Amino acid sequence: MKNQILAIGLKILGPSRDYESRIERHQSPLKILLVPILSVMAGSIITAMPLFSDEPLLPPMGFLILLAWRLMRPGIWPTWVGLPLGMFDDLYSGQPFGSAAFLWSLTMIVIEVIDSRAIWRDHIQDWLLAAVAITLVIFGGVAVSGLAHWAPEIFVVMPQILISILVFPLVVRLCARLDNWRLAA
Amino acid sequence: MAPPIHRRPGYSRKAQYSLFATYVLAIAGTVFAGLLLVISVADPTGFAALRNAASETTAPVVRFFDSVRRTATDMGENLSAYFDAASKNKALTHQVERNRTQLAETDAVRLENRRLRGLLDLVESEEANKIAIGRLISSSASSSRRIATLSIGSNQGVAPGQPVRGPAGLIGRIIEAGPNTAKVLLISDAENVIPVLRLPDGQPALASGMGNGMVMIRPVDLGVNPFKKGDIITTSGNGGLYPPNVPYARIVRKTSDGAMAVPLAAPGNSPYVIVMRPYQEPAKAALDKALAQTPAAGGE
Repeated sequence: MKNQILAIGLKILGPSRDYESRIERHQSPLKILLVPILSVMAGSIITAMPLFSDEPLLPPMGFLILLAWRLMRPGIWPTWVGLPLGMFDDLYSGQPFGSAAFLWSLTMIVIEVIDSRAIWRDHIQDWLLAAVAITLVIFGGVAVSGLAHWAPEIFVVMPQILISILVFPLVVRLCARLDNWRLAA
Repeated sequence: MAPPIHRRPGYSRKAQYSLFATYVLAIAGTVFAGLLLVISVADPTGFAALRNAASETTAPVVRFFDSVRRTATDMGENLSAYFDAASKNKALTHQVERNRTQLAETDAVRLENRRLRGLLDLVESEEANKIAIGRLISSSASSSRRIATLSIGSNQGVAPGQPVRGPAGLIGRIIEAGPNTAKVLLISDAENVIPVLRLPDGQPALASGMGNGMVMIRPVDLGVNPFKKGDIITTSGNGGLYPPNVPYARIVRKTSDGAMAVPLAAPGNSPYVIVMRPYQEPAKAALDKALAQTPAAGGE
């Protein structure tokens, strides 16, 4: 039997009939809710791990995972989700506080607007959208840190942008795996 | 894939309003984040407490992974040392022979130096300037700012403004200190401007980071560009923050108005780093105070 919370949860989080519970097995509403959020936060913390690079090369993993979930499952999150997740990212990224919160919120709104206009979407189109978003957010990050501090020249982040765009499909794969696990009964 | 159906709320007023509310919240959230950003641009250290709390929380896990990483690196180095061991041994023996005479000369010079300093009543010891020894446990690998996290903090006497060096040379300076972790602004950050000089002739210059692991050296005297590839740059002690004679960088390329150099100390493979006292603390404090009182005199 489905309980009330689960029913509401399913309605909000919007999986399809494929994932409905089977005999005597139920989906965990907590898992459905938390897996995407925790995966984005884990992506943000990666930069606190002992990875050293002379230049910014590591893709902004938190942002990539956020984009992957958002493009793969539209409606999984309310539009304002960029603010809390971005603020968490700001704790670890080394950027001025509020940088990711602002840029991620803006991205979520823009994607929402594009979604309301789009008739059809596929993977290539998502990738293109993600590529544009990644480029603008990374450049935006440099511009924002340039307001508060002496900033390096803009071409320093070109390799990072390229790597991030190429890594994005892998991140989508990862999120799709997590999605299967999250919704499985 | 067609857009999902639930984003069109249909005729239910309640659903329409709640969808509208999420849009309003999203825009309000963006404005709020913009305000946070304005605050942190106006006062870059304003949210330091939050960031320090965050890095304190993850530090135990990061320390563990860091020791795993170091063990793996050491194993790799030990293994690779076995390859070409014979020819390496021969080359190193030759080098030791050559260095021995140089070492004797250096010892003599050091002795003479100490004697002369004694005559001048100059007391300077490396030990007295040392505050604490720690390790760099992570760096901002995805941001364009070059910041590393240090494994020690204010409990060990670390405070913002202190210079940090490794065995190979200068690493940076402390910008934020939590109880058990601290943030180091690396010398490759664009904001870190350091008075330096060239060895051995003492040509003065200013160095600043490029953000890509290189540093830019600009001579203080305009119009001359005396640098050559291979020159060694050390700190000069001007400005009162960084102590003099700390190895800084090696020049790799001459440019139109200076030179590009590679720092001698790499944050990733310095086994430990030393946090030092600012070189001339009282003088620097007086200078900072005077600068703060002078209107429109900001910057480095």
